[in-house]
Amino acid sequence: MPDRAAIRDEAHRIRRVFEAAGAEPFEGAILQPADTLLDLYGEDIRGRAYVTADPLRGEQMLRPDFTVSVVQAHMESGRDTGRYAYSGLIFRQQDEHPERPSEYFQTGLEIFGGDPAEADAEVFAAISAQLDGLPVRAVTGDIGVLIAAVEGLETSAIRKAALRRHLWRPERFKALLARYSAGTDLDALRGGLLARVRAGEDVLAGAGPEIGLRSQAEVMARLDRLVADAAEPPIPAEQVALLDRILRLRGAAWAMAAPLRELAGVIPSLAEAAARMEARLAALEARGIDLDTLEFEGSFGRTTLEYYDGFVFGFLVDGQRPDNWPPVASGGRYDAMTRVLGNGRGAPAVGGVIRPEQVLKLREAQC
Amino acid sequence: MLKLGVPSKGRLMEQTFDWFADRGISLARTGSDREYAGAVTGVDGVELVLLSAGEIPRELAAGRIHLGVTGSDLVREKLAAWQTKVESLALMGFGHADLILAVPKFWLDVETLSDLDAAAAAFRAAHGHRLRIATKYHRLVRDYLRHHGVADYQLVDSQGATEGTVKNGTAEAIADITSTGETLRANHLKILGEDPIHASQANLFRSLTAAWGEAELASLAQITGKVAAAA
Repeated sequence: MPDRAAIRDEAHRIRRVFEAAGAEPFEGAILQPADTLLDLYGEDIRGRAYVTADPLRGEQMLRPDFTVSVVQAHMESGRDTGRYAYSGLIFRQQDEHPERPSEYFQTGLEIFGGDPAEADAEVFAAISAQLDGLPVRAVTGDIGVLIAAVEGLETSAIRKAALRRHLWRPERFKALLARYSAGTDLDALRGGLLARVRAGEDVLAGAGPEIGLRSQAEVMARLDRLVADAAEPPIPAEQVALLDRILRLRGAAWAMAAPLRELAGVIPSLAEAAARMEARLAALEARGIDLDTLEFEGSFGRTTLEYYDGFVFGFLVDGQRPDNWPPVASGGRYDAMTRVLGNGRGAPAVGGVIRPEQVLKLREAQC
Repeated sequence: MLKLGVPSKGRLMEQTFDWFADRGISLARTGSDREYAGAVTGVDGVELVLLSAGEIPRELAAGRIHLGVTGSDLVREKLAAWQTKVESLALMGFGHADLILAVPKFWLDVETLSDLDAAAAAFRAAHGHRLRIATKYHRLVRDYLRHHGVADYQLVDSQGATEGTVKNGTAEAIADITSTGETLRANHLKILGEDPIHASQANLFRSLTAAWGEAELASLAQITGKVAAAA
């Protein structure tokens, strides 16, 4: 077991390597306003982060990651491009897994702007170089492929938005997709309510007083959406089968662009995703990454914190399953999060972290 | 000495005493009405510890009492990874209470958790903040909503009069214990879904962290023997 001072030194050493390659040092606050994190991650983060109260600033959280504060700092700087390296402690409650550490070091690199394929490859290669010679394997995925597949479905914008919103909650995603493709009689499920709405009846009369912030108008608006949704034809079975195929794609990363091109025959939006993947693979190869050993899993990155929306990767100890914690290193692209934290103004962004404690453990085991 | 923690007052205490009496174990408060001391007859080596029902989960988890009577809702809410700290020896058949989610009755479009999720997404887009659910059962409600893939909500703490929070504008929905549902109806709320978040009742819990010596194990065997004989 490496001691804390050694872990800290390794964390800072890796950060200096990133700095030497052109990244600016970043230092963020440990106490973060809870509101920002809750709005981004949802209530679940309360179960995973430490919340503390400040009598003046309100609820604060011990930082559960660096990414959010790096993004905020970059968006506030108003610059188009940026490259940041950081190292320090992050804090996670481990209610369900008391064997896991609740504070640990992370060293990370985040790149904003520039060509997305190049930036993806740069982050991946920088992290990979730090793990050289260790018994780890890299698994990659691409949430962008899933998003493109959903966007390309033959169905309403509302259904696409609902599916996209739940990409990171596989159970609900599956349930939604099943409902949208089954052609269920939604009228019957609601006991004739939708027929009454369709007929223009004032269904809210006598339904009870309007209490709380959600207004009668909002209830009616959703009932109208439900009426429209009930008239929506089911998503074609071949498209559902194809989504399923994408989620089950597994194999060498270099071999994945071809099947995607083929699937683009059914969902045309996949052609662009395939092109992005090819550009990324070329950029990775140009940086000396051995594509033969790079794995791809269609569903990789779906169960992590929900902000990755493109390339995702994890470095796992040989024999470790992707859902096993902790990966030695992990990261991905999160363009959409920059728009949320940048008040609508976004920037292409990709980043990754290394867990220096895991690196030292692997090195010790080799001696 | 095996320490048995039971609720110190009210109906829960009376029902606990009755339940043990039916199994040949007599519990009684001793001393003055105000003194929290008790006596146990019918089994050997058991000390009665009178506690607030809400504190019993914590005392069990800390191993300061060996056995304790409290609601399964309180154990699940107050103890993280409760299965690693206590185990249930018996469902006691009283203290029934369901933890439910309720929304305004006029939300005709919201009947299921899937509806709640969709309504929450639209609410957030319209109001700029997440849909608020008032409760004091944060852990149970959060775990439940995560399990069912509901997003875009926030929990606001309410330690009492929770049914009134919607009308008062401090929440859009509530999650609370209900035994009859009358308070919900009076506050123009309806229960969401068919099954409660948790159907609670009083349990006899055993601490997995307390020091179980030979004497305590012998007393435990006497108690479980009597409980099994009555079942």
